[in-house]
Parts: sequence; structure tokens; C-alpha cells
Amino acid sequence: MDFELSEEHQMLRDMVRTFVDKELIPLENALGPNREITPDVMKGIQAKTKEMGLWMLDVPEEYGGAGLDLMSRCIIDEQVGRTSLFHWHWYPTFGPALRPVLLHCNEEQKQRFLWPVLRGEIRICFAQTEPDAGSDPANLRTRAVRDGDDYVINGNKRFITAAGESQYAQLMAATDPEKGSKGGITCFIVDLKAKGVTVTESWPNITGECLWEIALDNVRVPAANIIGEVGQGFELGQKFLTEARIKAHGARSVGAAQRCLDMMIEYSQQRVTFGQPLSDRQAIQFMIVDSAMEIRMVRNLVYECAWRSDRGEDIRDLSYMVKIQGTEMVTRVADRAIQIHGGMGVSRELPLEHFYREARAVRINEGATEVLRWRLARNLMRKPKRS
Amino acid sequence: MRIVVLMKPVPDPVAASERLRPDGRLDRANAPAVVNPNDEYALEAALKLVEAHGGEVTLLTMAPAAAPETIRKALAMGAHRGVLVTDTALEGSCVHSTATVLAAALAQLEFDLVLFGVDSTDGGAGTVPAAVAAKRALPYLSAAGKIEPDPAAGTVRVRRMTPTGYDLLEAPMPALVVCTQALGEPRYPSLKGIMSARSKEVRTFSLADLGLDDGSVGGAAATTRLTGTSTPPARGAARIIKDAPAEAARQVVDYLVEKWIIQ
Ligand SMILES: Cc1cc2nc3c(=O)[nH]c(=O)nc-3n(C[C@H](O)[C@H](O)[C@H](O)COP(=O)(O)OP(=O)(O)OC[C@H]3O[C@@H](n4cnc5c(N)ncnc54)[C@H](O)[C@@H]3O)c2cc1C
Ligand SMILES: Cc1cc2nc3c(=O)[nH]c(=O)nc-3n(C[C@H](O)[C@H](O)[C@H](O)COP(=O)(O)OP(=O)(O)OC[C@H]3O[C@@H](n4cnc5c(N)ncnc54)[C@H](O)[C@@H]3O)c2cc1C
Repeated sequence: MDFELSEEHQMLRDMVRTFVDKELIPLENALGPNREITPDVMKGIQAKTKEMGLWMLDVPEEYGGAGLDLMSRCIIDEQVGRTSLFHWHWYPTFGPALRPVLLHCNEEQKQRFLWPVLRGEIRICFAQTEPDAGSDPANLRTRAVRDGDDYVINGNKRFITAAGESQYAQLMAATDPEKGSKGGITCFIVDLKAKGVTVTESWPNITGECLWEIALDNVRVPAANIIGEVGQGFELGQKFLTEARIKAHGARSVGAAQRCLDMMIEYSQQRVTFGQPLSDRQAIQFMIVDSAMEIRMVRNLVYECAWRSDRGEDIRDLSYMVKIQGTEMVTRVADRAIQIHGGMGVSRELPLEHFYREARAVRINEGATEVLRWRLARNLMRKPKRS
Repeated sequence: MRIVVLMKPVPDPVAASERLRPDGRLDRANAPAVVNPNDEYALEAALKLVEAHGGEVTLLTMAPAAAPETIRKALAMGAHRGVLVTDTALEGSCVHSTATVLAAALAQLEFDLVLFGVDSTDGGAGTVPAAVAAKRALPYLSAAGKIEPDPAAGTVRVRRMTPTGYDLLEAPMPALVVCTQALGEPRYPSLKGIMSARSKEVRTFSLADLGLDDGSVGGAAATTRLTGTSTPPARGAARIIKDAPAEAARQVVDYLVEKWIIQ
């Protein structure tokens, strides 16, 4: 067993770490009061990442992407997680976000959807959640009924990231409600300008971001806009979700928590109360040590997972563990870091409150922790015992 | 253009892990090594020159046998190959032997320009480049803020930065240039560079390969001796001025005048 990163992975980590320290963290001071990042600044960041070859990391090389293994992407995400510049569930630092389902497009669909997304000309949001189907998407109510060469879709979607800035939605609808997740749900690309589609912005959430609602009233969508097969909608997203849990929820949580830990150590040594630095107090030391231990455990789990995934192993269950442990760990660590910083901790001048808010949100999307625990329990109890 | 860039592995200044061994030498085993930061500026200048004029960049390093791990980062930035001079007899080298060895290594290489950093973060003598220029009888163009070769004419022009502006120097090539940070921030390695760094050649020379014998260079032949070390005195408390800006500025100016820093 070898716990060292390969030389290439070490170089990648060092490169991204320097980039984050020199180029991204200083930008935190230039953010607006709502921590928004202007399009100009984002363009500047993108110009640099592109030059470094850190562009479209998830996209296979045949489509002009970097085609990186999961290990490399986790290394990058851990470092980028140290900044408070971006929301956690998506950010365009490394080029246009590709919904991996688009890789299942046929040739004709690639021309209409995949390539324009990769060129940054259009955006496609992901619309699955509904008022009555969140954790349990198999139960979704949006119906698609065949009518000639088209499908007619009716229903409501909510909590959709970036729908207002997207031209299309990758929308999940029931084509056979009886079958549910086992062949009853189909993935459509829906033109958000089509007749019968209404996109409305909802209240901002804890991260400061506004999610969107999409209402569909007798919307006609050509059958040629189905990705994959009819009824295959559910399976297509699975591999992507597994990877996302490891890098977005695991690696990024580790990075954010590491920044919190570094800040706790530094501040506790400087800040004097009752004649002694905070770092001399056992109550403070325990918070720091507990954070360091928890970060280390999750980091090891994240990189084990990435390593197994790159070897082709099935890591679905492990990815649940990573998501649960990563997001709960960073919540605790950010909470302690805020506590140690006192009044400054909750100020927007520091990144800590941002980490705290983001961490709170990611415990809900892409599988609430309770749902993942419940799934894990089911899988653990089903498996033959082996010790 | 064929450009050689000198590259010294140094203990990572950011990690602040530089420690002296009991014999006064740097404890390199316990400090992560990185490329001497000033040498990265020289490499950046070299990469820009070959982008503009074509050609290749070779790195030259005198260092312990583990050095390829460190210079791989420079290869990932875009250098084409590396040359490492390593020999156990080189431990304890003084500036004089470092320059002798590097000059002997340069004799094995073909180049139009050889670029050095201004100084190293560990030794910090700033004298190796001049010593090598003297030993190889190369034109010595120091404090370069701009390098403009004319390959057709076989000459190079360098802006030598001075406190008041710059001098314009011209010399025939091959020539030796000492690079300042005015030449531009070093680039990041690229992902492609990282993935291909390990496949780039790093040639190793021993002292025997360079026709040097171990008595003439290295610790055995050191011309300087470390007689002692001491840490600088701790800084006194800082004086913090908290008055309104105009009043605060007046006090700062008074203080600087009092200390003869401005007049
Ligand atoms: C920031 C953010 C961005 C989002 N972006 C998108 C997007 O782009 N596209 C999209 O389609 N959706 C998106 N969502 C929606 C997200 O996927 C859902 O919020 C999530 O699936 C949970 O669904 P729900 O909110 O309906 O909660 P519910 O399903 O009603 O669950 C509520 C709570 O009940 C508990 N619970 C549920 N089931 C179980 C169980 N079996 N056992 C024990 N406890 C259980 C959990 O604690 C859960 O948090 C986003 C959400 C957020 C917060
Ligand atoms: C703790 C300590 C103990 C020392 N002990 C002794 C001693 O006992 N006796 C003694 O004589 N000297 C000693 N030295 C000096 C040491 O040998 C010098 O560091 C060495 O000779 C190189 O000089 P420099 O690093 O000062 O180079 P500088 O002149 O500051 O370097 C300028 C440039 O030259 C190039 N360069 C320098 N060295 C190399 C290299 N090895 N490979 C490639 N390029 C290079 C780089 O481009 C660099 O930017 C000691 C130094 C230290 C820090």
C-alpha cells in the first residue's frame, strides 16, 4: 500500500495550490457585499485555467476536454475548495459545465446540444426535483405522453439551479408511471423558450443563490430530443452522481475544512484574551485537534475512493460514505472555526460564514444525508457477512 | 536558439523549514526541495525566447541525486531536457567549486545563451554567475530586465536595470545573462507539461564525466570555511500610529526624517 500521490499528482496539487493561493484567494477581498463575482473577473480566471490546461476537466479528450482521472479531479477540487469564491454545487472556473448525460447524445443531438455546450454557446440545466418528488425522484409527477413525432409534457419542477441562465433543461419526466425508476422515466432536452414553458425565480436560499421553478403546460417536445432510450433516464445519471459525491462533496469539503483549520490555528495564536493567547486554552486546542483528525480521516476516504474508482471498482456505497462524512465534517469544522474567530467569524469579511452556509446546503442536494444513510443500511444488511 | 537555464534546488522558502545541521551545513534531508524561485524567472524568460525565436531549453543543475524530482516541475513548465551534475564528493562545495563544476558542465553543452537567477534563497551569494562567466570567458550581462537576441547577427541586447533606469548592453553570443524579476512572472506548469515531464530526458554527469577529480572541487577543496552562525536580534515592538490620515502621515514623515531614511 502506498499513501503517496504519484509524482504527476503531486505536481498537479502544487500547481493548483499555488494558483489558488496567488490568484483566487486574493480575489476574495474584491467580492461585493453578497460575495458575487463579476463576469469580468470570472473571464480573467478562466483565461488562466485554460492556459494551464485545466479546462473542461470532466470532458473526455475526444471532445476537447482534459479527460482527467477522478484522482486528479479530487486533487483539483480539494484545492479549489479552499476559496470562498464559488458556490459548491457548480462553478465555471474550469470551463462550461457539461451535464455528462449529454455524452449519451446521438450524432445529430451532439451537433445541437453537446458541441454548443462545450463551446460555451448554450447552457443546459438539470430539472428533476418537483414539489412532491425530491429525495424520491422515482415518484415524479411530470408526465410525458407521446403524440405523433412529439411528446406532450405537463408538470412542475422546482429548486433548479441556473434555469434562468439556461436555454435548455435536461428534464426528467415519467413516460410510464407504473414502472417508476425501473424503466418509467425518460430524459428529454426541453427548449425553455418553447410554448407552455414558464421559468420563475424563487427566493434566494442560504447560499445567496436563487434557484428556479419551471412550469410545463402542454409543452411539445420532439421525440428526437430524448437522450438515450425511452425509460433509460434514471440510469444515465448514476455514474455522474457517484463521481460528484466524491469530488464535489468529498474533496471540496476537505479543502474548505483545511482552510478553516489553517485559519483557526493562525488566529488562535494571535488573539489574546485574559492575558493569554487562545491557543493556550484546552477548549480551543481540542477544537483544533478534533478538526485536524476529522479532516485527515475524510481526506483518506476521498482519495481511497478516487483510487478505487480509477481502477474500475464499483464505489457507489463508498461514495455515500464520502458524501455523508465530508459534508457533516465540514459543517462541524466551519462551525468551530467561526466560534474561535468570535464576532469576526460571522462577518462576511472572512470566508468562514460562506463555508458554513454552503456546507449546510450540500447536505440536502444530490442525496440528503439521511437518504444516503438509509440506502447504505439497506445495502449493508443485504450483503453476505464477511469480516 | 539553444538556451541553458541554471536551476538550483533549494529548501522550500514557503515551508520555512530551512535548518542548519550541527556542522553548520543546510539540513537538506528534512526540507522539501523546490526550484530556486529566482531561477523560475530565468526559465520564464528562456521559454518566452524560444516561443519567439524557436529552439530548445536545457536545464543545468548541480545537486544531490534526488534533484530530478525537483526539476521535473521546471520540465512541466516547458523546458525540454535536464542535465544534472551529481557526485557525493560535491557535498560542502563553496562558490568557487560550484562555479568550476558548472563551467565544466557548460563545456559539454552547446548554447547561444545561458541564463542564471540573481541569487539563491539558501546560499544567497549572488556570485556564481559572475564566476562561471569568468571561467568560461563568456560576456557577462547582469541584472537583465529585457533580453533581445538577434540570432541572424549572432548578438544579444540586454537592458541592465539600474537604480535610475537601465543601461543597454550588447554582446556576441554565446553570452551569459543574469535574469531579474522584471522579465516577468513565471508561468504555471501546464497539465500537459505535468503529464509529459517524466518522459523528458535528464542526463546525469559525475565529476569524472566532466574531467574533474574530487580533490579539486567539493568539500575537500572549499576556499571558504563557515566559522559560526547567529540569528539576527529580535525586532523591537512596532509603533502603531492611529491618528487621522493627515496627522498620521505627518508623524510617519517625521519619523522617517528622524531616522535619516528620507530628507
Ligand atoms: C442548492 C441546491 C441546488 C439544487 N439544484 C437542483 C437542480 O439543479 N436540479 C434539481 O432537479 N434539483 C435541485 N435541487 C433539489 C434537491 O435535489 C432536493 O432538494 C433534494 O433532492 C431533496 O428533496 P426535497 O427538498 O424535496 O426534500 P424531501 O425529499 O422532502 O426530504 C426532506 C428531508 O426528509 C428526510 N428524508 C427524506 N427521505 C428520507 C428517508 N427515506 N429516510 C430518512 N429521511 C428522509 C431528509 O432529511 C430530507 O432532507 C437543489 C437543491 C439545493 C439545496
Ligand atoms: C548553511 C550554508 C552553509 C554553507 N557552507 C559553506 C561552506 O562551508 N563553505 C563554502 O565555501 N560555502 C558554503 N556555503 C555556500 C554554498 O556552497 C553556496 O550556496 C553555493 O556555492 C552556491 O552559491 P549560492 O547558492 O550562494 O549561489 P548564488 O550565486 O546566489 O546563485 C546565483 C545563481 O546561480 C545559479 N546556481 C547557483 N548554484 C547552482 C547550482 N548548484 N546548480 C545550478 N545553478 C546554480 C542559479 O541560477 C542561482 O540563481 C554554505 C551555504 C549555506 C546556506
